[in-house]
Amino acid sequence: MTVATGLAVATEGLTKRFRSGQLAVDGIDLRVPHGAVYGFLGPNGSGKTTTIRMLLGLLRPTAGTASLLGQPMPQGAALALPRVGALVEGPAFHPYLSGWHNLMRLDAADRTARASAAEDRVRGALDRVGLAAAAGKRYRHYSLGMRQRLGIAAALLRPRELLVLDEPTNGLDPQGTREVRGLLVELAGAGTTVVLSSHLLSEVEQVCTHVGVMHRGRLVAQDTLAGLHARGASRAVVGTPRPAVAAAVLDRLGLADVVVHPPGATAELGDHAPQDVVAALVHADVPVTEFRVSGAGLEDLFVSLTGEGFDVNG
Amino acid sequence: MSTADVALAPGPDEAAALPEPGRAPGAFGRFFRSELWLIFGRRRNWAGGLVLASVPLLIAVVVKVSGSGGGDTFVFAEITHNGLFVALAALTVELPFFLPIAVSAIAGDAVAGEANLGTLRYLLVTPVDRARLVLVKLGGITLFTLAATVLIAVVGAAAGLALFGGGTFTTLSGTSLGFAAGLGRLALVCGYLTLCLTGLGAVGLFISTLTEQPIGAGITLLALTVVSQILDQLSQVAAIHPYLPTHFWLDYAEVLRDPLDVGALGPGAASALAYVAIFTAAAWARFSTADVSA
Ligand SMILES: Nc1ncnc2c1ncn2[C@@H]1O[C@H](COP(=O)(O)OP(=O)(O)OP(=O)(O)O)[C@@H](O)[C@H]1O
Ligand SMILES: [Mg+2]
Repeated sequence: MTVATGLAVATEGLTKRFRSGQLAVDGIDLRVPHGAVYGFLGPNGSGKTTTIRMLLGLLRPTAGTASLLGQPMPQGAALALPRVGALVEGPAFHPYLSGWHNLMRLDAADRTARASAAEDRVRGALDRVGLAAAAGKRYRHYSLGMRQRLGIAAALLRPRELLVLDEPTNGLDPQGTREVRGLLVELAGAGTTVVLSSHLLSEVEQVCTHVGVMHRGRLVAQDTLAGLHARGASRAVVGTPRPAVAAAVLDRLGLADVVVHPPGATAELGDHAPQDVVAALVHADVPVTEFRVSGAGLEDLFVSLTGEGFDVNG
Repeated sequence: MSTADVALAPGPDEAAALPEPGRAPGAFGRFFRSELWLIFGRRRNWAGGLVLASVPLLIAVVVKVSGSGGGDTFVFAEITHNGLFVALAALTVELPFFLPIAVSAIAGDAVAGEANLGTLRYLLVTPVDRARLVLVKLGGITLFTLAATVLIAVVGAAAGLALFGGGTFTTLSGTSLGFAAGLGRLALVCGYLTLCLTGLGAVGLFISTLTEQPIGAGITLLALTVVSQILDQLSQVAAIHPYLPTHFWLDYAEVLRDPLDVGALGPGAASALAYVAIFTAAAWARFSTADVSA
């Protein structure tokens, strides 16, 4: 067992096989550094929620280990979890209690929370997610987005070192989505580590520093956002009546995978700046009719990693 | 520690305010009170209370209107002499079924209800220690059971005293007791029945850890109660009678003898405590390692 220290979340060969025989998570090694905003991506049924449940000690792994803020889980739950705010598979509250009383209930359950400041904590959390005006309403009368906000408020009841949020913007309106994104950026700016699951790449791309991609229970990619962008390998596409010459220039510049593709040529851009490529082409007297950078990386990479199919992988 | 209590304030000093996982004073009591709020703040449970409370009223009114105590049993016959017997009569008729329904509803809900709503996972990641949760749930069941029996007794006593007054309190032994002594006997009956029903509630708590369906758990417990009472009637299985959860319930009548022999309640109390101990432990053993996937 070599659970790395210095990581907010680390797993080694984490595996969950349900009693039904379903292998939901298959030997994954998560590495979430302190201070990272980690986008945990994957299509429906790829094992994100199951992984999160194991991280939080709700499910026992079939094999492998998980550590949260340096504590082995589930054994270290009492030490680690008070410093962790979580939203797992959507919000869940007592329908006949108000938002206020639901949060008071969770606050009362926290043995590390002093009673004297309970109302301040609940008020502060409701304010943060814009629910102050609906605090007295019964949860059963909350809209989908209000419920989601209350779930996020529960995760923010105490200042946290780590937030684990399973699809936090599910059901939110565009303003709500933007607010939550802003909230995460603000929290991350203050040093909070965030693990954010989603099946939408575009959603996490704007806030994440790190990305892990799940597919059929396996972690098929894990990198910094920049690293993943590089792997996304955007291509330079040159339109010219002299494709062979253009290809030679691209080759000379050191671009990989040069392809003559009349009327033009393409190559992997790698870490070359597009303007340098254009300058070199012009310098070599290649008549450039078009230049663009295509396949803007991540989306294509994501699709290539997880497949195009619409059907979930049961 | 105290820094953990400042209100959420976004900003760079956030890191300094991180909670240390130390224990706040009075934390268990606070969690327990929130559990009671959950039980007693719920409209469904008040509706159940209304049903329980209507039985003594019904008895009092029917006996008053018919103008005769009568009835086949001792407690019913005594109603016209002392109104406290309305309470005893109501407890007697509600004991086989109505009170077990109430206990089943609450006990079945205990863990399965939270699992069904999904609130269980949020309690556990708060985190709530699983043993602590089982104890808080058992405490909630116990207090609800106490409230249910006391409700019946208080409504019965109030209605009975209003309609029939607090005259001679005759014991099963034929002697008479003063009003205060009679009230004491009624309180003792309530305490004993609370203990018996809590034993049943502990079984329900265990069942509640096996499923995510609170209604299913409640109905299972109710069915067990009925089966236990049926088996208790069959002399062919007399050997197992002392182990049935309902076997000693009617011993509360011993309280109505003179002189009072509290020891007569011993076997029932021991049985109920054994049920509480065994099934609370079983609930903990099952729940402490259970996967929470709801
Ligand atoms: N309790 C369970 N018993 C059996 N199989 C389960 C259980 N929970 C989840 N699964 C299966 O495990 C797989 C992964 O599910 P999981 O909920 O982790 O996916 P996910 O990545 O969170 O998907 P989504 O994006 O739809 O939320 C699915 O095939 C699911 O059917
Ligand atoms: Mg999920």
